[in-house]
Amino acid sequence: MSAILRREFATYFRAPLGYIYLAIFYFFGGQFFSSVLYSMTNDISIIFSSMFSIMLFTIPLLTMRLMSEDKRLKTDQALLTAPVSLNGIVWGKFLAAFALFGIGIAITVIYFLILSAMASPQWNIFFGNLLGIILLGAALISIGMFISSLTESQMIAAIGGFAAMFFIFLIDSIASLIPISWLGDAIKQLSFTTRYNDFTSGILDFTHILFFLSVVVIFNFLTVRILERKRWS
Amino acid sequence: MIEIKNLTKRYGNKMAVDNVSFTVNKGEILGFLGPNGAGKSTTMNILTGYLSATEGQAIIDGFDILENPTEAKKKIGYLPEQPPLYVDMTVDEYLDFMYDLKRVKVGASKKTHISEICSLVKISHVRKRLIRNLSKGYKQRVGIAQALLGNPEVLILDEPTVGLDPKQIIEIRTLIKSLSESHTVILSSHILPEIQAVCDRVIVINQGKLVADDTESNLSNKLSDDIRYTIRIDGPEKDVLSMLRSIPAMTEVQALGMREPGVYEYNIEAEKGFDIRREVFKRAAGRNWPIMGLKSSELTLEDIFLQLTEGRMDDTVLVAPVNVEEPETEPVEKADSEEKDGGDEE
Repeated sequence: MSAILRREFATYFRAPLGYIYLAIFYFFGGQFFSSVLYSMTNDISIIFSSMFSIMLFTIPLLTMRLMSEDKRLKTDQALLTAPVSLNGIVWGKFLAAFALFGIGIAITVIYFLILSAMASPQWNIFFGNLLGIILLGAALISIGMFISSLTESQMIAAIGGFAAMFFIFLIDSIASLIPISWLGDAIKQLSFTTRYNDFTSGILDFTHILFFLSVVVIFNFLTVRILERKRWS
Repeated sequence: MIEIKNLTKRYGNKMAVDNVSFTVNKGEILGFLGPNGAGKSTTMNILTGYLSATEGQAIIDGFDILENPTEAKKKIGYLPEQPPLYVDMTVDEYLDFMYDLKRVKVGASKKTHISEICSLVKISHVRKRLIRNLSKGYKQRVGIAQALLGNPEVLILDEPTVGLDPKQIIEIRTLIKSLSESHTVILSSHILPEIQAVCDRVIVINQGKLVADDTESNLSNKLSDDIRYTIRIDGPEKDVLSMLRSIPAMTEVQALGMREPGVYEYNIEAEKGFDIRREVFKRAAGRNWPIMGLKSSELTLEDIFLQLTEGRMDDTVLVAPVNVEEPETEPVEKADSEEKDGGDEE
């Protein structure tokens, strides 16, 4: 697993993809941080809540290549015939994307330090927000990676990823449009937005943590099944 | 070392591999021969754990590839039909990655082990280059290098010499030959001379079915019931033909035309166990027709291949008696008693 993790992570920086991702992420992060500075507040959660929509557009960039490229280049033959489990392959790739994502959000630590220098630091709010964005990122990455495992083409994986992210963005509106109240409520439970907003507004709900972790486990499991299915087809 | 039992792979209704069984002993080089789409690559992919069989078992050195994949895969070095290369890496980076991925454990350090393999397949001078920029021949060698990492006991090479120039082909063949001292090798190819040059034993598969499993010389003996000769006789074609046809044991005479002025060539076939040469000589000498040339035309692997795959030997399965070890994988009996059943069962 660690060999796959290291290779995938290095691959982000072999092509410009990793740099482009970080550039976009830092650009918008800086934008949001400057608005925090202009409004003379020490409330860092504005950055985190604004980051949500940026992540929906950037996570597919991280995941589009992960599984599809191996299929296209037939390098999956090397992976699947090596003494590594399917879980090892999938989690290795997942963690590689997650590591790059981590480098992206690590910039918020700098923002926090700058704010702390000027005003009294709100440690618990910052860590609550940080936990929220880490969980959200992990969940979105595993969804994106699952979509990437369905196709041989990076482009289709990216477009599929954007579509999935757009759907996640719209879950709340869809739920409110459904006239059957129990169904609407059920769909609302799947809302990423509501759950993430709780983190940014300072609520630490254990069910939210469990929800995001479940998404990660379920979609990584589904990706394993997709690899497995290919062997049996 | 490698045991395959009743391997079957179905894609929908299509039988890619149909009830194939064979064993490969330690240190053997097995040639895997068949026309395109015969099921060679599928069988190899199942052996290496890339695909799963619909039915049947593949056992590598005592480990079932399905039940104990990690242990079984550690024993195998695999070069697929298309070498699995990450083209955005340099040769060094790639081999380094594959070394870690395969969890190689060798006596030497990683660096020396990789250097050794690079010099073995002669890629030492391109190690710093991106794989993307290498020629096809070099990519193929990097693929072979990758398969050799960790000195696996079993090497499975799917058409290893594709895309190489003639000099490289000879080098790679020599390399494979030398590897067989410490490895068990399965080599697939549709290039017959290659199998002829390298392999101890040949397995021919056609449309997913095993049609032959034997040494090359045994195969050609078994297939040629008649003894064939090509003969050149200096004499009028018509008379010579009728002379040849009048020999009782002669089964077939075929005129091939004039080769030298007044000298015609013929293909003759006689019944098995009957040496036709003396009789032909006597009769030709009696008529004062000099025999200008006489050579036996034994079946080449090429002829064998064509005979086996073009339906002439449709229901026959040729299997060597040597590899009969267990009653359940006894292919000889099967071949004899179930010749007809094989087709009906599926």
